Amino acid sequence: MSRYSAWAVFKNGFSGQKNWDRQWRDPEPKKEYDVVIVGAGLHGLATAYYLAKNHGIKNIAVLEKGWLGGGNAGRNTTIVRSNYMMPGNRYFYEHSLKLWEELSHELNYNVMFSQRHHVSLFHSPAARDAAARRYNTMRLTDTDGELWDLDTLKKEIPHLNYNNARFPIIGAAVQRRAGSARHDAVAWGYARGADRQGVDIIQNCEVTGVTREDGKVTALETSRGRIGAKKVGFAVAGNTSRLWQMAGLGNLPIESHKLQAFVSEPLKPLLDHVVVYGVGGAHFYISQSDKGGMVFGGDLDWYKSYAQRGNLPVVQDVAECATAIMPCLGRVRLLRHWSGVMDMSMDGSAFICKTPIDNLYLNGGWNYGGFKASPGSGWYFADLIANDRPDPVIEHFDLGRFKRGVIIDERGAGPDPKLHG
Amino acid sequence: MIRINCPFCGERDHTEFSYGGDASIVYPELDASMEEWHDAIFMRENIRGMQSETWHHANGCRMWLVVERDTMTHEIQSVRPAHKGNAAVLSTTDTGGEQ
Amino acid sequence: MSAKRLPQGGRIDRDQRIRFTWDGSSMTGYAGDTLASALMANGETVLGRSFKYHRPRGIMSAGVEESGAIVTVGQGRRRDPNVKATMQELYPGLAASGQNAWPSVRFDLGAVNGLFGRFFSAGFYYKTFMGLPPMEWGKGTGLWMQYEKIIRRAAGMGVASREADPDVYDHVHGYCDVLVVGSGPAGLSAALTAAKAGLDVLLVEQDCELGGDYLNQADEASGKKRKDLIAKLEKAGARMMTRTTAFGLYDYGTAGLLERVTDHIASPDKHLPRHRFWTVRAKQTIVATGALERQVAFGNNDRPGVMNVAAGRSYLNRYGILPGQDIVVATNNDSAYATAAELASAGATVSLLDARATIPESMMSLVGNSGVNLHTRSAPLNVRGSHGVNGLDFAVAGQGGWSAQGSESCDLVLVSGGWSPVVHLLSHRGIRPVWNVEQACFVGPDEVNEPIYMAGSAAAVWNIEDCLTSGESAATKAIKALGGKARQKKAPAPGGWESPIEPLYEVTVSGRQLKSFVDPQHDVTTEDVRLAHREGFVSVEHLKRYTTLGMATDGGKVGNIIGLALMADAQGKEIPEVGTTTFRPPYTPVSIGALKGRNVDGHFRPLRRTPMHVWNLDHGATMTMAGLWHRPWYFARKGEGISEAYVRETETTRRTVGLCDVTSLGKIAIQGPDATEFLNRIYTNPFAKLPIGKARYGIMLRDDGIVMDDGTTWRLSETDYFMTTTTAHAGKVMVFLEELLQTRWQDLRVHVTSVSEQWAGSAVAGPKSREVLEACVEDPSVMSNDAFPFMGVIETTLKGGIPCRIARISFSGEMAFEAYVPSDYASALMDLLWAAAEPLDGCLYGLEALGAMRIEKGHVTGAELDGRVTIDDAGLGKMASPAKSFIGSAMRNRPELMREDRPRLVGIKPKDASQTFNAGSILCAEGKVSGLGEGWITAVTHSPAMGHWIGLGFISSGYEAWEGKTVIAADPVRKGNIEVEIISPHMYDPDGERMYG
Repeated sequence: MSRYSAWAVFKNGFSGQKNWDRQWRDPEPKKEYDVVIVGAGLHGLATAYYLAKNHGIKNIAVLEKGWLGGGNAGRNTTIVRSNYMMPGNRYFYEHSLKLWEELSHELNYNVMFSQRHHVSLFHSPAARDAAARRYNTMRLTDTDGELWDLDTLKKEIPHLNYNNARFPIIGAAVQRRAGSARHDAVAWGYARGADRQGVDIIQNCEVTGVTREDGKVTALETSRGRIGAKKVGFAVAGNTSRLWQMAGLGNLPIESHKLQAFVSEPLKPLLDHVVVYGVGGAHFYISQSDKGGMVFGGDLDWYKSYAQRGNLPVVQDVAECATAIMPCLGRVRLLRHWSGVMDMSMDGSAFICKTPIDNLYLNGGWNYGGFKASPGSGWYFADLIANDRPDPVIEHFDLGRFKRGVIIDERGAGPDPKLHG
Repeated sequence: MIRINCPFCGERDHTEFSYGGDASIVYPELDASMEEWHDAIFMRENIRGMQSETWHHANGCRMWLVVERDTMTHEIQSVRPAHKGNAAVLSTTDTGGEQ
Repeated sequence: MSAKRLPQGGRIDRDQRIRFTWDGSSMTGYAGDTLASALMANGETVLGRSFKYHRPRGIMSAGVEESGAIVTVGQGRRRDPNVKATMQELYPGLAASGQNAWPSVRFDLGAVNGLFGRFFSAGFYYKTFMGLPPMEWGKGTGLWMQYEKIIRRAAGMGVASREADPDVYDHVHGYCDVLVVGSGPAGLSAALTAAKAGLDVLLVEQDCELGGDYLNQADEASGKKRKDLIAKLEKAGARMMTRTTAFGLYDYGTAGLLERVTDHIASPDKHLPRHRFWTVRAKQTIVATGALERQVAFGNNDRPGVMNVAAGRSYLNRYGILPGQDIVVATNNDSAYATAAELASAGATVSLLDARATIPESMMSLVGNSGVNLHTRSAPLNVRGSHGVNGLDFAVAGQGGWSAQGSESCDLVLVSGGWSPVVHLLSHRGIRPVWNVEQACFVGPDEVNEPIYMAGSAAAVWNIEDCLTSGESAATKAIKALGGKARQKKAPAPGGWESPIEPLYEVTVSGRQLKSFVDPQHDVTTEDVRLAHREGFVSVEHLKRYTTLGMATDGGKVGNIIGLALMADAQGKEIPEVGTTTFRPPYTPVSIGALKGRNVDGHFRPLRRTPMHVWNLDHGATMTMAGLWHRPWYFARKGEGISEAYVRETETTRRTVGLCDVTSLGKIAIQGPDATEFLNRIYTNPFAKLPIGKARYGIMLRDDGIVMDDGTTWRLSETDYFMTTTTAHAGKVMVFLEELLQTRWQDLRVHVTSVSEQWAGSAVAGPKSREVLEACVEDPSVMSNDAFPFMGVIETTLKGGIPCRIARISFSGEMAFEAYVPSDYASALMDLLWAAAEPLDGCLYGLEALGAMRIEKGHVTGAELDGRVTIDDAGLGKMASPAKSFIGSAMRNRPELMREDRPRLVGIKPKDASQTFNAGSILCAEGKVSGLGEGWITAVTHSPAMGHWIGLGFISSGYEAWEGKTVIAADPVRKGNIEVEIISPHMYDPDGERMYG
């Protein structure tokens, strides 16, 4: 498969773009694989990629009921950051961010990760101090982070609502290495990277049953026939509970909710940073894509749902949040809004873990923070599957943490899945 | 907009209510074991389809309701007061919302 | 294109000339014009530039699907980029300009991109810009971010204002029996049928006039029929809205409408909102949204002067403009014939290319009589001209495809590639349309599981008479669904043309490289679609995302079907096998301003003020935000800033007395025979034996054993308690108590009522607090130490007969009381208290002093109780009764939560007493200032009592483990590192002597 480069683009320009290869094959499923990953989203594809790359496992399939990257991979607001504080989260997200920084080169696919700064506004001295705790922790663990006072913030982003805000802006906590990326490209880049290492990505292949023998998973029943598996990993946001139950494992600490996302008409550069804030029960994040659309979002629709459709009250609320912080957005027009199904966990943190079945592994419960996590998630999930033991970094990403009483709840919201984000 | 027919107030926008959670969960006695509490607090069936769930009419009558709703389509099959005493009172009087 | 305004005809008002400007040049049009029609009449052809190649673009349509004439309207704070000129009504003084071009849309240097078009194929940017060319050397994101800057400047479309939007927007909530979307023949007839049946009908139309396709008809009969229908509708009481787009359908028949109130008015009444966002709950919805004419992909089909046929008809009949002199009309279906004939009759030379081989006699004579030159089996191949059309190469159909067949000079090419019913609103409901082979278009499925009915050309019904019937039929379904009686009219089947359409999506001949556009706005060409296929992006969603087909501001209205057809062709499949994309709301873009309505600036979220708010302000309060509340922060005296003020307030309160508004605390009446049992279950500490007339401090846990809230509960009688909660958790606690009583513990006979707003309260704290209250109550004897001991509660009367309840509780560590009166008496209470306190050299204090005093005492608040802290962590473990079970008692015993080395609440002081330090600092062992640290600081203050700065925080194993050791308070984001000592959190009067005194 040819390498991507300016040179390749140049050459193909003279050959009518006829010499590009397929970015991934469309293979028929084999009878059996050493590892079968269910779900060709970002997490599943990254897992397959690192299984092949880091662990030398080649006989891998990724099964996808629709088309690869068709779930939350293509529905999120593309923010990448590592400003997590709790033990367990801190090192995981930083590792993921480090992978992001080299990802385009690693995959030879421009995922357009732009470290345009993640600017988290605060509105009270108490919020500033809470942010300081978080960003101090980052600094002490070799991650960048800083606080901007009001003057710095005004200089960097002059058109925020500094004069009439209901909750006055007094400064911001900033991670410069954070930013945004082109979400689809990440899925495609991992797919291409996995494919070229021999991973079979099998689309339009829905898992309909999990066959267990002697306490192990032996095969998956799919819409494209039975596929044998020595090890199986689930990475199916929005369907985790269903697959779990298919495997006969009962309940999970997960509830599925829907989150809407929004994009405006394309505009010439209006916002260079990722800006987020949360105050007075509001929660909002916005950035501008390279195409020029303002990409933004807010809270969940507040009720459990598997429908990939949102409702108007949240549209209205998010519009309020947008103009509350950037009053010029009133005249900007919303081009599209859509929604995705989020597997919200009971403490807002994820699972990369072994399961009650020996050769079955779980990756899920990413709430609505799964995009930024995907490289790290794939990295550590691959490591877990290959070595059958969790790396110490993901020690607490297991299902047993609730019984042990491990608290890695970044928001401190407690066991109410809709309150995490 | 989901419309919820509150047995006390009539049909209203869902924004008047707040979603509680899975109504099928039976919370254990206070002196029950950690394991029982663990399952009640953390473990969810997370039904895709018709599920029984609680809603609180927070900006209305403040009553907790049990709603049967399809989590795929948001279609509501039934709404009743969570408290059996209230349900009983409603069934014998005619003070409920319009059906 | 050499368009000219005809001397008569059209719906424009020739008596009302309107002056406007285009790129600074003054021009005139007429009332009734759109910006597009006025520009066309003024001979302007290049109105925009495309996204990627900056190719010149002109008017391509007469409606919402416009993909070429996208301009900026207005200036300064009212600058609106990305306006479709075809949808902008002309008004006097309208100032429009080109965008995405420099120096202008006519001469755009960005067009140089076109020279590199061969490299800029779909998705090329995923393959490069990673590192140094040519081989992408390098690491990290640095190089990409440099390229990205250039890309960002080149991308985007219009420039948005950075100033605050000065306009006002409104929200409206609406209800109706039947919502009819679209006022063409089908919509009008549907609305009339429903209204006549006595239903409450709301008819919405995105255009400025009702009528839909009637407005584009030249014949008098159509005009009369339209007027007649509207008159009848008015009589039948239907509500009708123009300039209103139903932009999305949501759950339970909810529609989002955008009403554009003043976008067409030069100087609107300042009381009018610019837009109104309507949330309409409709019992039944009839979608009569019409159909959009499709383009065909052929060479340079994006040149200014290539439009759809319906647009040609609209400019002729509605705007009185002959859009060209030498016109080629290209079609694959019957719908173009009438237009061709009308254009010829209006004086143009018209050639009609029909891709089909056989044409019915009637159609032939229709155009023949008008002098139209008809070519069958013919199609457009390539447009000649760069900034406009000056000729067209033809192709003819033969065995095995198209072949080139000469060319003809012309100045306008009108194309009809068939029609796509507007099924967007159905799509919003997750309902997939189905492919109708005969009509070569997607239509709604026969059975829809919601009360939504498609009517007219939105259901692929092509002629007006059938559309009227289709509307009626849809309405009768709605009437019946609502329990009304109506004779069901049979819905006309899709179709209505004399001869069938022949699918035509692309015209190409072998051996010829053509730039044929599928999505002109995003510069997606047929080759891009084929490249996507070659690279494996075969699913529709992959195609869309890889090529950006359909992602432009027209939302794929123009290009989606062609893209699908090309992909189907590449795969050797039929269109329905490839699928259809899901249309997302909104149908057309909606201003974010309208969606937010009035909830902006100070109205973004409700503002809560206590009933003492004005009193506090009158007495010098500087307010601060506490959640949604405004609360006094400090009461500065002359020359004081916050630091001086709170130190004085703290010092004064500890020396004599201070008053503080505590009204924002949550207050809950807990009443009933089982109230005691209820409290005993929800608090960790025993409440079973709290005597009447006593208060007790209590802590509540969440189900998972983590601290939820704390506060005091006062026992007023056998069955009546008064609970206070923190300000922050007032709502949450109330909801939780209601949930417990109505779901888990239905047997408990308890009623809870939020009385937060019924009672206003003030803390009276300090050695002279009793003196103050003695002066205020009618019977001073109730205040004696014996009558009113620590944690006592009395209900009494203040002077002037004000009912009052007082508890002797203390957050400050001083002898202190909280006095509550009915809210209407709030100012009276403060007047009384202040009259007594002021002569004692007392003070008013705010949150800052309150915070300082509680830190001195080691009392926890939200800063400490962050949702992860256990009762033991907070040093309050002894309040968790081992003798009973309570909410959270099972889960608080989980092993990790019981570890001895968990971070515990501690006091902190600087080693060097002159130093300050910050909350949010991380506590680290000396010599190990890295990693996650040993703890953190939650709150700091200057302590007047101690004479230096102190803080509260958490550190592993608690203060005993760190006694005598130097600890580093690391604050790299602000101050750097300070050496501190860890001490007991009870820093001031640890035995509480002052409180009991």
